[in-house]
Amino acid sequence: MQTRSSDLIGMDDYDEPVDRVDYQFGLTRRGFVQILGAGLLIAVADAPVLAQRRGRRGGGMGGARIRNVAARVHIGQDGSITVMTGKVEAGQGSRAELTQAAAEELRVAVDRIQLLMADTGLVPDDGITAGSGTTPRSVPAVRQGCAAARALLVQLAADRWHVEPGGLVVQDGKICKSGNGESFSYADLAGTDEGAKAFQQPLPASITLTPLSEWKVLGTGVARPDRTDLVTGRHRYPSDIIRPGMLHGKVLRAPSYAATLKSIDVAPARAIEGVVAVQDEGFVGFAAPSSFAAEKALEAASQTAVWETAAHPSSKTLFAYLREHARNLPKNPFTDDMARAAKSLRQTYNVSYIQHTPMEPRAAVAEWDGEHVTVWMSTQNPFGCQGEIARAFSLPTERVRVIVPDFGGGFGGKHSAEAGIEAARIAKAAGKPVALRWTRAEEFTWAYFRPAAVIDIEAAMSADNRLTCWHHVNINSGGNAMDAPYRIANNQARSQFVQSAPPLRHGSYRALASTANIFARESFMDELADAAGADPLQFRLDHLEEGRLRDVLTIAAEKFNWSERAKKKEPNLGVGLACGTEKGSFVAACVEVAVDAKGKIAVRHVTQTFECGAVMNPDGLLSQVQGAIIMGIGGALKEAMEFENGQITNASFYQYDVPRLSDVPKLDIHLVNRTDLPSAGAGETPIVAVAPAIANAVFRATGQRIRQMPIRLPTPSSARA
Amino acid sequence: MNQRISFFVNGQQQTVNTDADRPLLDVLREDLGLTGAKYGCGEGKCGACSVLMGDKRVFSCRTPMKIARNQQITTIEGISDGTKLHPVQQAFYDAEAYQCGYCTPGWIMATIALLKNKNQPTEDEIVSFLDGNLCRCCGYPRILNAVRQCAGLKGR
Repeated sequence: MQTRSSDLIGMDDYDEPVDRVDYQFGLTRRGFVQILGAGLLIAVADAPVLAQRRGRRGGGMGGARIRNVAARVHIGQDGSITVMTGKVEAGQGSRAELTQAAAEELRVAVDRIQLLMADTGLVPDDGITAGSGTTPRSVPAVRQGCAAARALLVQLAADRWHVEPGGLVVQDGKICKSGNGESFSYADLAGTDEGAKAFQQPLPASITLTPLSEWKVLGTGVARPDRTDLVTGRHRYPSDIIRPGMLHGKVLRAPSYAATLKSIDVAPARAIEGVVAVQDEGFVGFAAPSSFAAEKALEAASQTAVWETAAHPSSKTLFAYLREHARNLPKNPFTDDMARAAKSLRQTYNVSYIQHTPMEPRAAVAEWDGEHVTVWMSTQNPFGCQGEIARAFSLPTERVRVIVPDFGGGFGGKHSAEAGIEAARIAKAAGKPVALRWTRAEEFTWAYFRPAAVIDIEAAMSADNRLTCWHHVNINSGGNAMDAPYRIANNQARSQFVQSAPPLRHGSYRALASTANIFARESFMDELADAAGADPLQFRLDHLEEGRLRDVLTIAAEKFNWSERAKKKEPNLGVGLACGTEKGSFVAACVEVAVDAKGKIAVRHVTQTFECGAVMNPDGLLSQVQGAIIMGIGGALKEAMEFENGQITNASFYQYDVPRLSDVPKLDIHLVNRTDLPSAGAGETPIVAVAPAIANAVFRATGQRIRQMPIRLPTPSSARA
Repeated sequence: MNQRISFFVNGQQQTVNTDADRPLLDVLREDLGLTGAKYGCGEGKCGACSVLMGDKRVFSCRTPMKIARNQQITTIEGISDGTKLHPVQQAFYDAEAYQCGYCTPGWIMATIALLKNKNQPTEDEIVSFLDGNLCRCCGYPRILNAVRQCAGLKGR
């Protein structure tokens, strides 16, 4: 058995770590006033809040156990259908997919569904939007609520007609009696007293979902329902929320990590017309009628600030630092076997800190009404942030309402509530709504990072080149996808994650540690194949059982024409492959790279096969896979946080390079639709194979094995300026 | 020091009382309520704030009001004809050339500027011009398809 060392921290928590900012402000109390969205008549808006109180708030991953159908579905008297979910849309396609889920079970076209997302005052807590959880957990939860609603409505119609419900047909939002053409619309039934009563009943224990063979909406390509608003600029992102009388906020930031504020004079800031200044312990914020004026206020006060700085490690010595501070670095339990083995190998791989850099930096608007606060903000974790804000102000959670308009990208980087808390603190002092929009430099410095990693792998092989033992240790970045999917004799395999003392605030990221662990393992597999004198594809196949991973690898290699291309020898061109599995889906990538005279690596071609069970929305899936591959090229070749003396020294898109249009390779993407298997999420796993495939290709192109992400070749002396 | 600055936005004259160093982006968003142009980096390196000044794309985050004075500015809000989308908007709509969509107005405005400058750009000209725009969802393949469509090039 392979094991994970998860004794240091709950693995659940480490899968989607949220490193909270510890704000604590004063106490206020008053009753919670529900302000419902326009046109909605939801009588049970408190139900989802109450229903969730017992469980882990906001940190959960799955579909909510809603109290009743009314918490999930509302049928308006005008026939409108509103479906409610705590999931967010950040570009990953959840709005289309969950709309499909509802439409499928309610037997209506997708344009009949209005999907109300991520408003803690109105929707059930479906957990954080992370960990590829929407497809396997929230889609079923929404389908159950909608299927239950349909069953209730059918029963109501049957009661009216005094017939058995089994004989009734549901189509296009109508329940029809066979034969005489009589029908009821959903609105006819839901608007009655019986309808209201039925929707308040607890959800039945068993609900039958529409089988895949009968899917009409799920499994088809559905575009994002609000795409007109995206191309016209009408959609209001959290950054775009405007409230009457709203001011614009700025927050004083320390000049370096671990610096503490000794003193500051906010009077010069207050002297600027319209400026409100807030000083509360170490927190200093400003609000003004424009962000320009707020910035001026911040600058004026900053000049008076006295800071005490502290030592902080440098990115130049990061990997040694992480190893040095590793807690309980485990010993390889197979050292005797390795000593006796025909061949053995040990390597270390390093992975840099990188950042999500979503297009929309953190943004929030906070508005107080007495002792209630409403915060519009960009977060993947609406209920978690509701809790964070409530804690910061010592409020009962009912007095905090978090509304998350569809926002500008997350990638695991928006689990925390900093901007919402800061906006609320300034708004409280200003007595007016306050918008706080982080600058790019703030996002680069004060948001969190994908953890850096130091990974040691050791393995041994028999004389016939079969793996006989395997030991994988991840320092600092996490245990995702750490267990080798390969056959190892007598299961002599251990993989262990140990924490270190991370110099930067770290947290989740698309696929989190799987990228690091798979980069290390798949690079190492190529090194082992070399030691065995074997082709990298064949070496992997020799160690893979029949099954889904082997299938995607085989398909990718065929589509790429691996066997031919791997034989070709062209100067400065190389091919490489890699595969992996995480979160229940499977991926394999083959790439071709070109290396120029200066050692610059360009990815020219990627063939990737991806399989995540039954495909819910092929259009959305393709977007996710394309995006993940290209984003993966960033982490593979370009991105690394640099820091020195507690400062990020490349906190700008001028210094921190991310993939652009000119970096996009030829892409051949093959999506395998396994309609016989349950659907897994697809937002993360398609990112994991690209980096090791590139490293393996670079080795074939240059003979240089780069055991670090980003993969950078040493500049050849001839090319140095 | 505030001053009255007049300029034209989507064909309408606007006069604002503002510091002349304030970025055009802030005035559009905070004073005029036109939030289609987005803040992405504040240094002209991501293109999310792209608007037209005359026929040229400018990064409105790096365009102070003293430069915008008396200029014709076109934003994403000003390009459709009622409910009829501008052809570039339509192409982005059809190609589903967005993921989170935050960068989409910037790409559309940049594409319009590209096509005003050159009716039928080549693939290389498209990539070279639009390399100033970022999409962190990395939805580049669909974006490129939309732009190819507008440029009369075949999608791939």
